[in-house]
Amino acid sequence: MLALSLGVLFAALPQEAPPATAFAVRGAKVYPVAGAPIDDGVVLVRDGRIVQVGPAATVAVPAGMAERRAAVVTPGLIDAHATVGLTGILNVPHDQDQLDRSAAVQPELRAIDAYHARDPLVGWLRGLGVTTVHTGHAPGALVAGQTMVVKLRGRSADQDVLVPLAMVAVTLGDGGRGPGGKSPGTRAKAVAMLREQLLKAREYAAKRQREPDAAVDLGLDVLARVLAREVPLLVTAHRAHDLQAALRVADEFQLRVVLDGAAEAYTMLPEIQRAGVWVLPHPAMARTTGELANGTMELPKLLLDARVPFALQSGFEGYVPKTRVVTFEAGVAVGRGLPAAAALRALTLDAARLLGVDGRVGSLEPGKDADLALWDGDPFEYTTHCLGTVIDGVGYAEGPR
Amino acid sequence: MLPRPLPFAFALAVTLAAAAAQEVRAFVGARILPIDGPAVDDGVLVVRGAVIEAIGARAAVVIPAGAEVVDVAGRTLMPGLVCSHSHIGAVAGADGSGPIQPEVRALDSINPRDPGIQKAQAGGITTVNVMPGSGHLLSGQTVYLKLRDGRTVDDLLIRNADGSPAGGIKLANGTNPQRDAPFPGTRGKAAALIRAQFHRAREHQRKIAAAAGDPAKLPERNLGLEALVEALEGRRMVHHHTHRADDILTVLRLREEFGFRCVLHHVSEGGLVAAEIAAAGVPCSVIVIDAPGGKLEARNLSLDTGAVLDRAGVPVGFHTDDGITDSRLFLRSGALAVRAGMDRDRALAALTIANARMLDLEQRIGTLTPGKDADFVVLGGDPFSVYTQVLQTWVEGVKVFDLADPKDRRFAMGGYGASDDQALSLCCYGQGGQ
Repeated sequence: MLALSLGVLFAALPQEAPPATAFAVRGAKVYPVAGAPIDDGVVLVRDGRIVQVGPAATVAVPAGMAERRAAVVTPGLIDAHATVGLTGILNVPHDQDQLDRSAAVQPELRAIDAYHARDPLVGWLRGLGVTTVHTGHAPGALVAGQTMVVKLRGRSADQDVLVPLAMVAVTLGDGGRGPGGKSPGTRAKAVAMLREQLLKAREYAAKRQREPDAAVDLGLDVLARVLAREVPLLVTAHRAHDLQAALRVADEFQLRVVLDGAAEAYTMLPEIQRAGVWVLPHPAMARTTGELANGTMELPKLLLDARVPFALQSGFEGYVPKTRVVTFEAGVAVGRGLPAAAALRALTLDAARLLGVDGRVGSLEPGKDADLALWDGDPFEYTTHCLGTVIDGVGYAEGPR
Repeated sequence: MLPRPLPFAFALAVTLAAAAAQEVRAFVGARILPIDGPAVDDGVLVVRGAVIEAIGARAAVVIPAGAEVVDVAGRTLMPGLVCSHSHIGAVAGADGSGPIQPEVRALDSINPRDPGIQKAQAGGITTVNVMPGSGHLLSGQTVYLKLRDGRTVDDLLIRNADGSPAGGIKLANGTNPQRDAPFPGTRGKAAALIRAQFHRAREHQRKIAAAAGDPAKLPERNLGLEALVEALEGRRMVHHHTHRADDILTVLRLREEFGFRCVLHHVSEGGLVAAEIAAAGVPCSVIVIDAPGGKLEARNLSLDTGAVLDRAGVPVGFHTDDGITDSRLFLRSGALAVRAGMDRDRALAALTIANARMLDLEQRIGTLTPGKDADFVVLGGDPFSVYTQVLQTWVEGVKVFDLADPKDRRFAMGGYGASDDQALSLCCYGQGGQ
């Protein structure tokens, strides 16, 4: 029966077909996120963009226009931090490009030079409603490299990229220690190295301004953009004292900082709220070992209650599952007190705002990209299926998953 | 070797046990999922001491005079969950000295204060097969535990009729046991090593039989071979880690050769050889993971493995493999299998009675049947809904988890100290840091 409905939905749209010029998606419940949920709603799509959203009674669907139906229609989901595309499915050295361990500080490593759009896990996430990810270098070095924002169309980094340089990934705490006795070997050393690098970048920026022909340093060039507040630091840290260090450095250099993981953030919610930084709480199902020992599945709810802005993520996994699925992680957070509406907002419009792509994605509004996820029920329920996704007006059917 | 309980604590434990033995409780008004029969709406479960006395619709069950009536209207009751493959309790098995170490017992490593035990209770798990890891061809003897609140591992053991601790033996093939010699470097070498070991066990078994009870003729004691003889004689279940289709068939080939009883664990590619597994009549303990990959053998892992094997006639259970998946979310494994096409009732059985059978404990646990152990969970709603919480977990008539208790709630949700070794409820001095 599911297979049948899927066939009806997507028969007109083989995978990776060129965008149908125009079609309608009708949902018994449509969640535009930018506005109130719509009973029996319609989303009109033309040339890859949303042209109209509203109740079926008020949206005129032209005669003969293809129409796809689902119980629930949401914006395509946004995973606010993943490593998919850099951490391949096989988990062998040849397909793991999230971390180069030759040096502690390498902000010059670009995600677009590493992202593998055709890795099977890209399709796996797309099959579960995810249409955009913020992905890139992973935790594990003091400054591991850059991140990017990409649509999960599965073509190439260059074709699918939304933001080529989104953030610069920093790891504090145990996860940021150097391998084999290399620096940083302690928390204090890590922060000292980071501050020294930022001071260098400040001098570099000043020099480049004075002397436009001065030699380019790729790493300092990127950190100069961090100092200019063009690019945030994505600071992976779990222990409260590491989170405090991140806020201290942000304050000293007036940086934009996003706290990633943040297992013990609940011990310092007022400080985080006052600092005005975003938090990407660790996946609800993240293993509570090591620096996450004090983690709680209630963290997203606690952030919401404390009015700390947040988005949800699948994070980095070194083993199995090789990627978590933000849809599933959000579901478990919803089962632990996060209201479903807040979870959906965190997975769509709030994530888009954090990543600076809310002009393109994150809600069902006229003029935005036609990125949708179709469901046969509550997207957060264990037994609901994702029937398919639409990205830039292109339908993808990975099978009901 | 055996820990000596403090006299006053021992007395307290005895008193509590005696009290539990006399108590009669009737849980009234819940939707009851007995697993061995259809759901009962507005049901009654009567528990006397540690045992289920009666179960049925409200009109059909006479509540014994003097019973404590517990109102569970609007809740769902089902048997305590049985996890057929877990690594809680800080378990360790074989060391790096060799690939085959059947003399090593998991029970000698268990830390009963490991917070994984409390977290498993919070997930509704009442019985668990705690296994050593898969980095060896044979990593040791597994131990079946009841998740009672206990001070020593002895408090958690399940005893066989002869008084010995119940457990199986853990084998593995595929890539996990492969490393430098003396470990195997290839699949062919792995199979040859384990076959040679089973031949040694057969020889030991033959010598014991030839002695015909004469102590003078018995072979020298050999702890490892004794455990394998138990496996050869069907008294100790072989729990075999295996992922890839060809590795699964290798296990079936060894089983055919040596005749041991066996459960296949993980079976990431089980769906590819479902007919062969069904023909062998071997049960599968399936892992449910959110995405394929992470290791070469799990490349084809699929959410529908349980459904495919079940439809092929294979007895299917699920497991947490905790810490690979979280014991607090064990119900979710069944729910995702339903999402992937498994029949709901079969998925419920796969979390309870099917796993009990894999541990030879189906006479005691796995269904809500009069005469069985009073192991059950009280759920806030449908067992396969993300919105449902495990509210209470009971083992042998004793409540071991209550979400309304802030200390238990911390295990269920997490928080500061939730992963530290725990001072247990019968302990009178360890309240600091709670």
